[in-house]
Amino acid sequence: MSGYLLTLATIMAINAIAACGLNVIVGFAGQISLGHAAFFGIGAYAAALLATKAGLSFWAALPLVVLLSGTIGLLLGLPSLRVREDFLAITTIGINFIVEAVFNNFEWFGGALGIGGIPRIVLFGVKLRNEAFFLLVLTALTLVMLLCWWLTRSWAGLACFALREEETAAASIGISPVRFKLLAFVIGTAMAGLAGAFYAHFMRFISASDFSFPISVSMLSMIVLGGIGTLWGPVLGAVILGILPELFRPLIDYRILFYTVLLLIMIRFQPGGLLGETSAVRRLFNRWIPVPAS
Amino acid sequence: MQMLIEQLLNGIATGSIYALVTLGLTLVYGILRILHIAHAAVYTIGAYVGVWAFRLTGSLVLSFLISMGAAALLGVAIERFVYFPLLRHPPFVPLIASIAVFLSMEEFCRLVAGPQILTFPARLPFPGFRIAGVQVSETLSAIYCITALVLVCLWFLTTRTELGLAMRATAQDIAVADAMGIDTHRIISITFVIGSAIAALAGMLVGIYYNQVYPTMGAIPAYKTLALIVVGGMGSIPGAVMASLLLGLAETLLIGYAAIPLPRDALAFIAMIAVLMWRSEGLFGSK
Repeated sequence: MSGYLLTLATIMAINAIAACGLNVIVGFAGQISLGHAAFFGIGAYAAALLATKAGLSFWAALPLVVLLSGTIGLLLGLPSLRVREDFLAITTIGINFIVEAVFNNFEWFGGALGIGGIPRIVLFGVKLRNEAFFLLVLTALTLVMLLCWWLTRSWAGLACFALREEETAAASIGISPVRFKLLAFVIGTAMAGLAGAFYAHFMRFISASDFSFPISVSMLSMIVLGGIGTLWGPVLGAVILGILPELFRPLIDYRILFYTVLLLIMIRFQPGGLLGETSAVRRLFNRWIPVPAS
Repeated sequence: MQMLIEQLLNGIATGSIYALVTLGLTLVYGILRILHIAHAAVYTIGAYVGVWAFRLTGSLVLSFLISMGAAALLGVAIERFVYFPLLRHPPFVPLIASIAVFLSMEEFCRLVAGPQILTFPARLPFPGFRIAGVQVSETLSAIYCITALVLVCLWFLTTRTELGLAMRATAQDIAVADAMGIDTHRIISITFVIGSAIAALAGMLVGIYYNQVYPTMGAIPAYKTLALIVVGGMGSIPGAVMASLLLGLAETLLIGYAAIPLPRDALAFIAMIAVLMWRSEGLFGSK
């Protein structure tokens, strides 16, 4: 694979990990989050600081990074217990702006200059680059998707689905909204943190604007495009939104307009996404290979 | 002392402009329960249409009317073609649609008018005055007068007219209002017309106040006004106005007198999260 394609594929895989995390929060538990990039950023900054200031290796830092992102996710998930859907949307937007402002304004986080000189990941004494790095991210993505798949069949996942559909009814049969909402937040933000750690070691330079609100919107676009609450939706979304800008490179000036209009058309006419239960793709697929009557 | 009064005057002006933008958002939230982020795009387009109309006609009154008319049309178009068909979906669906509309319109402005800052060299013919030895400029005086006028008109409309009664009924319960023979769809459209026209007014005032109009001028208001309607108590008009004025004053005074390591735009969100944790119905909202 050429370096260009490999870089593109690695970025797509990193985005897919973060999008899977967002899907756990939005798609599985039905909690809107418009600040996912903040947790992606917390993971990236934690990994970068642990590597450059504390001198830890990627492998020693990784559990800390994931734990930290998940813990902050737990703290910031607390508002979701107190506020209703629309409030939560605004709160998470607010969290994104505050986290970006903190990264951008405190010297400790590198300020406006960001953090550079992040070392490469070393595995068995070999510096990972190109194919090796991509395979590592792909392995992580596979593990994340396995976890998501397991979650959809586990008791915790079913409890989340029940809460998403009807909170009062779920609570009345003994499903604790507090426990499972927070669980979804912790799992989702920890996945974002994991993606952030890979991002930091891949780019080797990060700054606050990499984790601004538009990034959260594009992550949400990925799962909306692919199909909210589906297993493969976030990955499909990350791949499509990764490839599109490259295909339309000649029209680079119109790229964002194209992007946003596409998102608008998608959400307006196909809110379930490409892989959603009532989507045109799925209908076509079902007509092509009929579902046996049960 | 003189410095403090100047800061207060600027703070009230900033707060007034926040209030004008937040009003439309509050009206829409009150009636449809949609977070209308694209409202900030209406504000931006209002400012652009105002600049063009002013350059073409040279008349400020005419450009205000043209800009408000165009914004009203745009607002109704967003309601008809984007929000109304999405009402039966969970709230994040219209919210995402709204963000998409906002970002695409911002890009549209950039592509049509270019990324550069346009100047808006208009004078607002309002009398300046002196207060405690500080000269209040024509522009500031215009912002105060126009905001006060809009608030009085809106208060009269919502509390003293039949249309206002229908608007309040629709905001309270759309299905019941429908059953009582109110044409709720028409009321929703009228709400968008009023809110969008006020947003265009705010856009033009900001353009003249800072003498600049640019494609991303709506970016900060888009999200900050959301924080304001939360602090004001969702859907409460007096609450939203109070919250806007408070934020305008707080931002100006804190930046002037305290060394805060964060940019002023993060303050609104910190205040909002603090308010939400303390009183989840907002400062001025009712349970």
